[in-house]
Amino acid sequence: MTGRLQALGRATLDGLQALGGAVLLLGRLLRGATVVLVRPRLLVEQVYAVGTLSLVIIAVSALFVGMVLGLQGYYTLVDFGADDSVGTLVALSLVRELGPVVTALLFAGRAGSSLTAEIGLMKATEQLSSMEMMAVDPERRILAPRFAAALVAVPLLAAVFSAVGVIGGYLVAVGMLGIDGGAFWSNMQSAVDVTPDILNGVIKSVAFGFVAGWIALYMGYTAEPTAQGVSRATTQGVVRTSLAVLGLDFLLTALMFD
Amino acid sequence: MTGDEVLARVRDLRFQRGRRWIFDGVDLDIRRGQVTAIMGPSGSGKTTLLRLLGGQLRPHGGSVQVAGQEVPRLSRPELYRLRRRMGMLFQSGALFTHLSVFENVAFPIREHAELPEPLLRALVLLKLEAVGLRGARSLMPAELSGGMARRVALARAIALDPVLVMYDEPFTGQDPITMGVLIELIRRLNDILGLSSVVVSHDVEETLAIADYVYVIADGRLLAEGSPAQLRASDSAAVRQFLDARADGPVPFHYPAPGLAEELLDGEGP
Repeated sequence: MTGRLQALGRATLDGLQALGGAVLLLGRLLRGATVVLVRPRLLVEQVYAVGTLSLVIIAVSALFVGMVLGLQGYYTLVDFGADDSVGTLVALSLVRELGPVVTALLFAGRAGSSLTAEIGLMKATEQLSSMEMMAVDPERRILAPRFAAALVAVPLLAAVFSAVGVIGGYLVAVGMLGIDGGAFWSNMQSAVDVTPDILNGVIKSVAFGFVAGWIALYMGYTAEPTAQGVSRATTQGVVRTSLAVLGLDFLLTALMFD
Repeated sequence: MTGDEVLARVRDLRFQRGRRWIFDGVDLDIRRGQVTAIMGPSGSGKTTLLRLLGGQLRPHGGSVQVAGQEVPRLSRPELYRLRRRMGMLFQSGALFTHLSVFENVAFPIREHAELPEPLLRALVLLKLEAVGLRGARSLMPAELSGGMARRVALARAIALDPVLVMYDEPFTGQDPITMGVLIELIRRLNDILGLSSVVVSHDVEETLAIADYVYVIADGRLLAEGSPAQLRASDSAAVRQFLDARADGPVPFHYPAPGLAEELLDGEGP
């Protein structure tokens, strides 16, 4: 009994300590991120690594998601004679929900995992320590630009996701199922507003980029410096980011559309 | 000995990890212009000592002074200013794997000085020439042998013209030729560039060959100190065990454990 209580207490304390560590790191990341104002090249390099290189997976996934939405939307709406509104359904689903959420989940798997592994390995091979000994702050030089890049890349990728998804929906609805193209676009145009729809989607994707970058970097930075430690941190990073994104999505949706 | 001759001064150093005291009252001096060796068995805290000197760890007691400054009390900017005058060669080399040899050596210069590209190139090539690897400048770290990687790391460690260079186990896992090259390099760079060097190692012969002064650490305490000749002549049992590589002696062969008969008869557990 005492043993169990002890274990529970230790787990709680460890959890709180990790949370505290993560918040402190976040503070330093936010402060360090000003480095990209002085040296924009650092940001450009990282946006390329986490953003541009994720474009293919984002675009291909978006195309399929949009096509599925077109199909499902059509089969549901056609019963009510509202099949002309399939464009509205596809666009609203994408800009409000699926764009930001699926982008963030894919980002966690494609870019977040590589950030965690990269930072974890840099730590395990003493590259971060050696940087410190050269009087270069690794949090500012290595971590902060990656954090800023996640913050920039996720909203941009989410925008690409929504745009490509709408094209996927169009291909299915207009190309395959024979809905009138004019009705598809005009219904969409009249139903989707910049505020709240698009703006809320952008706010969500910024929040998800923030969380994805923060968790990925924290997991890598605190990974045990062994092969097993880095691999565990990478897996946990993706799992935690996914859960955090889905939970946060519920919260934000409840706040935005009540 | 006047204060000016001592670059780094450690007094009554106390440092613990968990419940174990890694250092329990250690005094030592790193003198200017000399190669000072810190020797001791694995796990005796030699690398920890370098990290304490570089301010990456804080001691639990005592004083660590480098260039007249109390390292643990320095603010972050002050510590970084001091570190620009220190170079450290990590055991693994710790080269940045995404940068070429040239860019690795250029890294600290680029970070701290805005030099025109031709001047930077000249500086980096001179550093690489000093370690004999000017021709390897466009290789990536993955294409280097272990010894070459360590030499590149050495070129990087002296890139900012430090006054103190710290070597963490520079000879471990090197073939005899590379070992010879490293010994020669450490000594030559120290004398030509007017550096002070700290070499942490458990390779007895190599270390005694280049050191001007040697400290032997074991069990958190200073076991012996002196010139290599003085140590070779020492008749302390612990020093002899270490220098003559005897398996058992004051440093026990067995990790602490209950009696063997007791454990075998008990028959439980792993």
